[in-house]
Amino acid sequence: MTTLELLQLLGQGLLETLYMTLISTFLSYLIGLPLGMILTVTDKKGLRPNRAINLALGFVINMLRSVPFLILAVAIIPFTRWIVGTSIGSTATIVPLVVAAAPYVARMIESSLREVDAGVIEAARSMGSSDRQVLFKVMVPEAKPSLLVGATIATTTILGYSAMAGFMAGGGLGTIAINYGYHRYNTEIMLYTVALLIIVVQVMQEAGLHLTRRLDRRRRAE
Amino acid sequence: MNKQDNIILKVENLSKVFAIKPEPIEALTDINLEIYAGEIFGIIGLSGAGKSTLIRCLNLLEKPTSGRVFFKGRDLSSLPKSELLELRQSMGMIFQSFNLFQQRSAIENICYPLEIAKVPREQRLARARELLELVGLPDRETATPSELSGGQQQRVAIARALATSPSVLLCDEATSALDPSTTDSILALLKQINRDLGVTIVLITHEMSVVERICDRVAVIDRSRIVEVGSVTDLFVHPQSAIARQLVFPGGELVERLTGDAALRIVFDGESSFEPVLANMVLACQAPVNILSADSKNIEGRAYGQMLIQLPDDPAAQRRIREYLNSRKITFTEEIWNDNA
Ligand SMILES: Nc1ncnc2c1ncn2[C@@H]1O[C@H](COP(=O)(O)OP(=O)(O)OP(=O)(O)O)[C@@H](O)[C@H]1O
Ligand SMILES: [Mg+2]
Repeated sequence: MTTLELLQLLGQGLLETLYMTLISTFLSYLIGLPLGMILTVTDKKGLRPNRAINLALGFVINMLRSVPFLILAVAIIPFTRWIVGTSIGSTATIVPLVVAAAPYVARMIESSLREVDAGVIEAARSMGSSDRQVLFKVMVPEAKPSLLVGATIATTTILGYSAMAGFMAGGGLGTIAINYGYHRYNTEIMLYTVALLIIVVQVMQEAGLHLTRRLDRRRRAE
Repeated sequence: MNKQDNIILKVENLSKVFAIKPEPIEALTDINLEIYAGEIFGIIGLSGAGKSTLIRCLNLLEKPTSGRVFFKGRDLSSLPKSELLELRQSMGMIFQSFNLFQQRSAIENICYPLEIAKVPREQRLARARELLELVGLPDRETATPSELSGGQQQRVAIARALATSPSVLLCDEATSALDPSTTDSILALLKQINRDLGVTIVLITHEMSVVERICDRVAVIDRSRIVEVGSVTDLFVHPQSAIARQLVFPGGELVERLTGDAALRIVFDGESSFEPVLANMVLACQAPVNILSADSKNIEGRAYGQMLIQLPDDPAAQRRIREYLNSRKITFTEEIWNDNA
């Protein structure tokens, strides 16, 4: 393989990985964000406690989260085929990624929102805020730094899952690492993909933390 | 104007039980209160007495288990949710821990209640600036809470609570997290707001010094019950309940151990001259006394004081002392200390 071919291979893999990761993160938040809010709101100490909804939703989320990603991905292959028409390649991998990550995102959202100081919520209520206003005008903005840290962690976790999907021809850097490193014993290419993955995670992590620091209006002192 | 005709907040047979395991907690028992428009009303009690629960019942942040709360004659619990939310805009509230929005600047904090009240942006900002001026922080508009001292944060919180021009300000231990001199300045600000804007203030505290400095009337709450209500002067001169005596006279704990001994509480009610009463009495009666505790205060510009003295065992000497005090027209009460248990 020439250097150019190698670069093309890795470049293609990197693009696929970023595509899967970003689209999956976006879709996971689309589903996980409202679920996380519902978990928070229906909690015993939430704005509208509702034991039935909270328990049911919590159960489904825990169940999905307790299945290891690869097993989950295999188990839902029929579902993936039904949605995408195939179960291999990066677009197909988005399905199990979202199914695995959305519950994870929901829990992260829940824990971020739960961190908001009860006193601050009480103050908002004393000013006549409705439950909706407390959630959207107080809890979400107050939890912003924690939500951003959560989003950073979620993105890098999804990136890790996407690499695992290489075992089932999921596309991206993971598949390259498996094909060359595992099936053909080409350690060199595998090391390149690993290095690329490390760099991508580092960049995402730093960018996320940088953004959080810039947007958090509390000063460092505390 | 007769104050009684102008009740702004009325609490009727209010009880609150927290249904928690293993045993329910009765946080408030049959509370009855009347708070007059324009006054500063204190509620004092020890930790866990139910003060916070009571003040949270006044704007229905806490739903009473039974009983009713009237604000300007309207029964709060009968109001539909939307009206209750709107009504809360006429009752501001401040807290021990300030509870400012950490992700909003000072001026944005003050704008929040105005956003809720759907006031247009330009008016919001103008009103917020006016309030920052009022609380003495005109130059800290863009500061975030983490950049402000505790006293400054409480000032912003006061401005925020006043944004919608409420007629009542509820203060839950508003100065308990502040040092003495900051406490003084916040109390002075509250007094100014009460005087200049006519805002009725309900203030909760566990410190007698706070009550003494700014309250007109005070209720004493002890283990979920109101045990005493009256003017601050009355509370100092004639504390009725054991808990009130303990709060007025922090030395009380020490005295409790001398149960059974005859003791007198001598009251200087601002009328008697500053003669050395005790020295003269000891000389005139030829009897020794033991000063258990003494305290004098400046309330509303007049001097008040109390002294608790232990009498000698000799009944004749005790009689001479009482007669002497009567002859000098000095108010005193007999004390029985073993009711403090
Ligand atoms: N949400 C709650 N659930 C269960 N018990 C509660 C709750 N809030 C208060 N209590 C209990 O009610 C009693 C009165 O509490 P409250 O907070 O009103 O006291 P407080 O007088 O304000 O005390 P402090 O001076 O310590 O603030 C306490 O025994 C407390 O444990
Ligand atoms: Mg309290």
